[in-house]
This record gives sequence, structure tokens and C-alpha cells, in this order.
Amino acid sequence: MKQVWNSVLIAAISFCLVAVFSLGACTKKAEEKKEVKKAVEEVKEVVKEDIKVGAILAVTGPASFLGGPEARTLEMMVEDINANGGVNGHKIDLIIKDSGANPEKAISFTKQLIEEDKVFAILGPSTSGETMKIKDIVEESQMILVSCAAAEVIVNPVAKYVFKTPQKDSHAVQKIYGTMKDLGITKIAVLAGNTGFGKAGRGQLEKMASDFGIEVLIAETYDKKSTDLSAVVAKLMANKDIQAVVNWSIVPAQGILAKNMRQAGWDVPLFQSHGFGNVKYIEAGGAAAEGIIFPAGRLLIANSLAEDNPQKGLLVKYLIDYETTYPDDKVSTFGGHAYDALTILVAAIEKAGTDKEMVRDAIENLQGVAGTAGVFNFSAEDHNGLDINSFEMLTVKDGKFVVYNK
Amino acid sequence: MTPELFIQYLFAGITYGIIYAIVAIGFNIIYNTTGIINFAQGEFVMLGGMIAITMHSFMPIPLAIVVAVLITMVVGALIEMVFIRWLESPSVLRMIIITIGISILVREVALHIWGESVRALPYFIGNEVTSVSILGARISPQVLWVIGVCSFMVAGLSLFFKFTSLGREMRACAANRRAATLCGINAKNMVTLSFILSAGIGAVAGCVMSPITYSDYSMGPNLAIKGFTVAVIGGLGNSIAAVAAGLLLGIIEAFSVSVLPLAFQDAIATSLLLIILFIRPHGLFGSSDLASLKEF
Amino acid sequence: MDLLKRYIPVLFLLTVVVIIQLVTHFTETTYYLTQLTMSAYYSVVVIGLCVLMGYGGQISLGHAGFFAIGGYLAGALTTHNLLSLQEHGLVSLLDKVGLLVDSTGLYGDTLLTVQPWAACIVAVLTAGVIALAIGGPILKLKGHYLAMATLGFGIIIYRIALASAYFGEADGISQVPGFQLFPGVELSGSFGARVSNYYIAWGMVVVAVILLLNLIHSRVGRALRSIHGAEEAANAMGVNTARYKLYIFVLSAVFAAIAGVFVTHYNGGIGPSEAGVMKSVRYVAIVAVGGMANIWGALIMGIVLNFLSLRGVFGSYDDAVFGVILVIIMLFAPEGILKINPWQKIKSLVALYRTQDKEESAIEN
Repeated sequence: MKQVWNSVLIAAISFCLVAVFSLGACTKKAEEKKEVKKAVEEVKEVVKEDIKVGAILAVTGPASFLGGPEARTLEMMVEDINANGGVNGHKIDLIIKDSGANPEKAISFTKQLIEEDKVFAILGPSTSGETMKIKDIVEESQMILVSCAAAEVIVNPVAKYVFKTPQKDSHAVQKIYGTMKDLGITKIAVLAGNTGFGKAGRGQLEKMASDFGIEVLIAETYDKKSTDLSAVVAKLMANKDIQAVVNWSIVPAQGILAKNMRQAGWDVPLFQSHGFGNVKYIEAGGAAAEGIIFPAGRLLIANSLAEDNPQKGLLVKYLIDYETTYPDDKVSTFGGHAYDALTILVAAIEKAGTDKEMVRDAIENLQGVAGTAGVFNFSAEDHNGLDINSFEMLTVKDGKFVVYNK
Repeated sequence: MTPELFIQYLFAGITYGIIYAIVAIGFNIIYNTTGIINFAQGEFVMLGGMIAITMHSFMPIPLAIVVAVLITMVVGALIEMVFIRWLESPSVLRMIIITIGISILVREVALHIWGESVRALPYFIGNEVTSVSILGARISPQVLWVIGVCSFMVAGLSLFFKFTSLGREMRACAANRRAATLCGINAKNMVTLSFILSAGIGAVAGCVMSPITYSDYSMGPNLAIKGFTVAVIGGLGNSIAAVAAGLLLGIIEAFSVSVLPLAFQDAIATSLLLIILFIRPHGLFGSSDLASLKEF
Repeated sequence: MDLLKRYIPVLFLLTVVVIIQLVTHFTETTYYLTQLTMSAYYSVVVIGLCVLMGYGGQISLGHAGFFAIGGYLAGALTTHNLLSLQEHGLVSLLDKVGLLVDSTGLYGDTLLTVQPWAACIVAVLTAGVIALAIGGPILKLKGHYLAMATLGFGIIIYRIALASAYFGEADGISQVPGFQLFPGVELSGSFGARVSNYYIAWGMVVVAVILLLNLIHSRVGRALRSIHGAEEAANAMGVNTARYKLYIFVLSAVFAAIAGVFVTHYNGGIGPSEAGVMKSVRYVAIVAVGGMANIWGALIMGIVLNFLSLRGVFGSYDDAVFGVILVIIMLFAPEGILKINPWQKIKSLVALYRTQDKEESAIEN
């Protein structure tokens, strides 16, 4: 009896599922038919259709410090653009999907955005791991992808449809080592968090050290959730040869390391990565953050730039807009990556219209487009568009970011 | 290894260790009264820190901490009353799943209230760079606060359980619930009290460690796992042993930095947990007879 | 006749699967097949776990670990380029035996990687061996200790995946090639192969269900049910409880590993999040909702919840949804959602309330 009841229940539920599906599918088909009809009619009017832009961001989860600001930046920008009439008269329809830094969700959402929502382009994802998982999918489907993730492998080897906006890690490292050379530092310790970002940075640091006459005495990776690094600081301090420490991580380790070092009375220079790009991190590090040296985009010192600097106008505007729209948050270079992605896409659409292939070509030919991370100059071989001058060496003085002068 | 390095490691170890011990004691209090392992224990620590930070924008630190601890205690009581009180002899499996679910819910609520950003209470004394010199090692005064406050709580709890009638009632419940009910002790209220107490000490720990370790919505699970490891190592239910085990684990983790790559530091706790569970599940200080008498 | 009755639900399942595919075909909504395929694989993990938890009575908070072992090993073996090691003894031996395959990467570089079949077998075997090795000590534990031990296992796998350069550290493994199961049938994520992959996935589900149904109704199944009911009694009756528990543990681990291998090839990659605690908790949540010993309940819930999650229906509240489900189901329907009788539940709650009052007043007097 029980088995029969079970089977009937199963059958009933299955039929309901099938019914729901068919209904959903049928109504979608019917809707699409209606849309096509409507579009045909509308061509007669001069109402331009929306441009659908998809964004896959890690709004929640372990990479939320990236995805959160990125999502907020995009929402803010799209509202602004639409309020001013859209791009060439087309309004932007932004679809944000929260992948929580899960690659399988990124893959599923990518396929959804491509096939169901039929977006014009995809912005993001926030992390390199996710981007690499969808690189082949977007390339195969000829979908424009402007990633907000930093790994070199995203644009090397170059895929026709894949671009990225964050600066190259290798340039950041070059800037750091250049500064160290000027300071006469030759022996250092490297600490990195166990994220993709940390791993990439550590790799570059170890690779390029000898080019600058620098020797990495100790290199350690720690868990990104570490709450106390005093033990490893003690170990490093015991090695009297170490002249500087480079830390390649994200919050909170950046602040924790700074505090542990200064509390232990260790005064050697502390260099951080461009992941230090939010004034909240200075607050977190407090007095221990004084004197930290790191490369970053000019967003953080927007107000002190020269008036004729091509980036100044948009940086100041972004800063003011973001901090007014989101009073609890401060502007950061992470949100800036999304800003740049949308800026680039919009610039290309303005030039080439709404044909995907032509927009793709347009992106590749963009020159001198100012963004938060720097001034972009794309080419067929360079789908990142930023060179070493996108970085400025900054330091923390009296609780503020200032340009670093030796 | 120089003496200063040794002392430095030792203090780092004691700092981590005493925090693990507090979480473990929180586990033990609830376990003793109800037989439940409260997977949401780490969330109490998180709530204490986060609420104190929010309160701090309206009031001075001491008041903010008191308010945060009170609110967390209320949350603990609510959790018990809403989710646990009215269940009739639930199975272990069911309880485990429920408390895991509760921990996820608390975390998600925290995410939507406070966002993903990382915050901290200001240092109680001095700031991020002040340090005092002890036996050649330089440590932050906050570390002394952590050690002091937590030791005070441990001492306070032992006195509470030993000398106050409420404490004795809770111990009676833990020993034999039926008998305690027959003696006129309201077992259900004792359970609520145990949740309130665990939430309270967790919150205090969360506040006092916040300047050092920062607080964010996702800090709960890591702490809970380490706390549970410590509780098991000491023997589930034995709070004094939990303190010893906590210090032991903390010190091992700190000293491991000198021999293992830093990347493995977190694996130590988990590996120890598995080893203890496989070899001596009743813990280093527990007795196997006593453990087999207990239902779990 | 009994045999036939047992398989009727399976036939229903097959029919529904085919009907759904045809519906999507005719309404040109074939994109649903992607999420359905992924959900199918996750459901294989779920039904294996269901039998472990429901019939074996063993909770496992680390099952995502086995999924990850399968997926990561298959992924790593089929992507890492052995070209530079061509001279090495072991590598040239494998080459001669035909276990390695030459290919050209998407960007023109030559690759020498392990044949997907070989990688699959290695991955699943490893998972099975590990399950066998840790199963013995783990299954001696009960209750909370068992839960924490499995949780610890899951965490260790996660840490290994996160810390090893071989497994791509935090970025995981990408660009995993397709897996040619038989000539003409390739397991891959490309848009053209969508329908065939859908059937591959559901084929696996059907096979898994049939295997488990047979298991439940066999001697092993009866032994497991006796263990779940009353372990000491079963022992007294001469049932070798330890062996059966180990058997089902290894079986569920193997199911998870195979699902892991296939998902990795279908998605073209895997990341450390697949080994994480949240994933394991999700699997447990789905089993709990579906009914601990109810394969069909677990399967349906697995499909529905994973499908909705993968389509982003829950948005930023994804984890919260699973948390809520866990709590509500465990509070109100510990036997699973299919066994709810709402009227009965309300009556029992009221009765409970009344007896509590009576107890308290009795004690007070």
C-alpha cells in the first residue's frame, strides 16, 4: 500500500513539475512571439530597445569585498547613464547575478546570460578562478566578456572576446621592486594570502626578484582568514637580514600584519599589494598603517592630482557619487574595476553602435580611454590596455593616502 | 631559538588558546545541560563583536560591550526558546542539523545587516602600535586584556557552578535531568539559562578580541570548529580540561610556525581533531567509562 | 511482480525525463537543460548520501570532500601537461599503454595529458580507497563525534585543494577537456552536445537509482535497516554491523566521486568551493528535506533545489535559503517533506502543549 501511495505521490509531483515546465516554457515562447511582434511595430516608432548587459559578480561569499563594491558601482553608473538618456539613446538593462565566488554558479549563470537573457556583453566575474572557467564558454559563443579579475592568464593567451580591466600584477611588482631598489633594499620577506590574488602576487614577486637584484629570504603563505600573524612576524624578526616585508593579500590580513609588526617593534618598511585600495583599510590598521608603501591606481589620491591629469575629472566624480550614494562605504579600487569595465563597453558602443562584432573590434581599438585604474590603450595583442604608468606608488601619512616621495 | 622568540610564540599561543578555550567552554555548558552540541557557538562570538562595534558609535566602549553582551544573551535565549525548547526527545542527528541551520541563518542575517566589511573595536588601551615589553617579548596590551578577561570568566564560571544555587541547579540538570525535575528544578529554564550563559561568554570573548583579530560576519565557523576541537581534546563537558586543551592547541599552532610552512597552520587543528576522535574520542582528560555512560 | 512494482517509479522517472527534454525542444527553451544536467549530477551525490544517512544512520558532513576528490583528480590529470616529462620512465610507459593523449590546446599549444577514462578510474578508485581507509575509524564514532569527524575530513580535503599548486590553489582547475565516453558520445559543456549530455547525466541518475533500489531490497539493505533501527539488537542477531556500515559509506563515497568526475568534465573545471563545508551542508539539507530514508524524496528535492539555486532564483540569499530549509524541516518534518501530515502535526503540537502544562502543575503540587 505504502509503495503504491509513494508511487502515486511521485507521479503526481513529477506531473506537476512537467506541467510547470511546459507552462513556463510555453509562456516564454508566447512572450517571445509577442516581443518580436512588438519590436517590429516599434521599429516604426523611434523608441530604441534596451541594451542588456549581464554582470556576474561575487556580491556575497568569500570575495564579497570585490563583488560588493563592483555591484554597487555598476548599479550606480547604470542609473546615472539611463537618467541621462542612455548610450546613443539606448537605455541599459543591467542584470547582476551573484555567484558567491562559486565557479559552477558562474558557469551556469554565463550560459543563462548568453542563451536566455541574450545579453549584449558580460561584465565580471570578480575572481580569476571564475573567469578562467568561463573563458572558453564565452569565446565559443562569441560573447564579449570584460572581466574584473586580475590574473594574467585571462588575457594571455589572448582570446578574441575576452578583456580585463585590472592592472597587471607584474607591473605592480615592478613598481614595488623599483622603489625598493631606490631605497637600497636587497633582502626581503614575502607573505601572501592563500587566495588566487595572493598566489599570483607571490608568483610574480619570486619570479622578478633577481631582475632587481633582490633576494627573497623567506616566502610564506597564510590562510586568508588568519586572525593573528604575530607568530610568523616573530619568526621573520629573528632573521636580522630582512630589510623589508612585502605582503600580498586582502583584508583583514593586511591590517593584522601591519599591527603585529609594529607592536613587535619591527620598523622595517612594509610594502603591500594594490589590494590595499580602500581608505577603510587605513582605518583598520590605524597607527600601524602609517608608512605602508604600495602601488595603486590614482583613484585613492584623486583630489591631489593635477588639474590636467586625464583621469582627475572622472575619479573625483566617481568618488563623490559613490560616497554619496552609499554613505556607509568608501570608494575603493575594486569597485573601480567594474567602473572601468562598463566605461570601456559604453565607449565602444558609442563608437560602433549595437552590432556585437563591431563593438568587439571597437574595444580592441580603443585608445586613451581614461578609467579608474589608468588610461586604457587596447590592441589585438593587449586585451588589458594598461601599462606600468597606471600605477602610482602611494603611502599612508597621517591616516590618509598620499603620493609616495622618497 | 632565542628566549625572546620563545616568549613571543608563547604569548601568541596563549592568546589564540584562551579564545578557543572560551568557545569550548560555551560548547560544554550547553552540552552539559542538554546533550546538544551548539554549532552556532561561533556566531555568538561574532555577534558580540559586531554589535559592540555598532553600539560604539553611540556610546563609550565599556557601555557598548555591556549592551552587546546583553543583546547576544537575549539572542541566545531566543534561539533556545524558538528552536529547541519544544522539541520532544529529538535525535542527535536532528539536533546537529538544526543547530547548523541556525548558525547559517544567524550568519546570513549578520551579512545583510552589516555587509561584508571587516571592522574592529578600538583598542581598550593605546592603539594599534602600542606594546608592552614582557620578559623581552613585545606584546599589545590588548592581549593582556584578552587573557585577563577570559581567565576572569573561567574563574567566575567555576565559582558560579560550585557555590551559587543556580549553578548547582544547572549541574544537577546536567547529571540527571529526571532526578533534577523531581527535585523541583525547572529543567527547561536551566536549558535556556545555559544558552544565555554560553552566548554571554562568547560575546565577551568576541568584544575583547575584536581589536586584535577584527570582526566580520563570517568569523563564526572557524572559531566554532577550533572550539569544538578543543572541547573534544579536553573531553566533552569538562571545562577545566577545555582550558588546558585550548592553551595546548594555541601553543602548538603558534610554535608550528617555526617548523612548518605557515600554510599548514590551520590544518593542525583539524588533523588533531581527527586524530583524537580516532584514537581517544573521550578526550585526553576524559574517562572512557564515563563517556560510554553518556548517551552521546 | 514485486520486482516490477519496485521499478515502476523508475519508469515514471524515465518518462518524465524524456518528456521534459521534448518539451524544451519544442518550446525552444533548451537552455533549461544545462541546469537540469548539473542538478542531475548533484542529485547522484544526494541519493548516495541519502542511503548512508537514512539506511546506514550515519551522518556525513564531509561528503563534498569525496565529490572534490573525484572532480579534482580527474580534472588535474586531464589538464596537466606531461609534455616536459616525456622522457620520464613512468610517463613513457603510460604513453605506450595508450593512457596518454596528445591534443592541441585552444590556443595552439601541444598538450600531453592523461586519457579521461584512465583519469576517471584513478579518481574514483582513490575516493573509494580513502573512504575505505577512514571509514573504519570514523564509523566507530557516534552522534556528534561522527558528525565532527566527517566535517574534519571535508575540511582537510578543502585545505588540500586550496593549498596545492597541483590543484590550482584558490583558482581551481580550468579548461578540463571533454570526456569521450564511447565513440560518438562526448561528455562536455559545449552547446552542441547539450541534449546528449542531458541524457548522459540522467542516465547516470537512473542507473544509480536502480542500483540503490536493489541494494535496499537486498540482504545488505535489510541489514542496514536493522542497524538503523537498533544497532545492538542487530549485533546480537549476528549482523556484521561494522562491515555493512563501511560498505555503504564507501558506496556513497564512490557515487559522489563519479558525480564529481562527470561534473568537472561537463563544466570544464572545478574550484575549491566544491569541497567546502557549505556544499556538504547543502547535501545534508537536501537529504533531510527529502526524507532521510526516501530516495525519491531526496532525488526530487535535489533536482528542485539545485535547479533553482543554479538559476540564481535565490539571488544573494542562496545560503540563507538552505539554512531556513534545514531549520524548518528539522523542526516540523524530521522525516522529510513527503511524510508531512499537517493536521496530525498540529494536533500533536497542541497535545504536547497540554501535557507540558499538566507536567509542570503536577510537579508544582
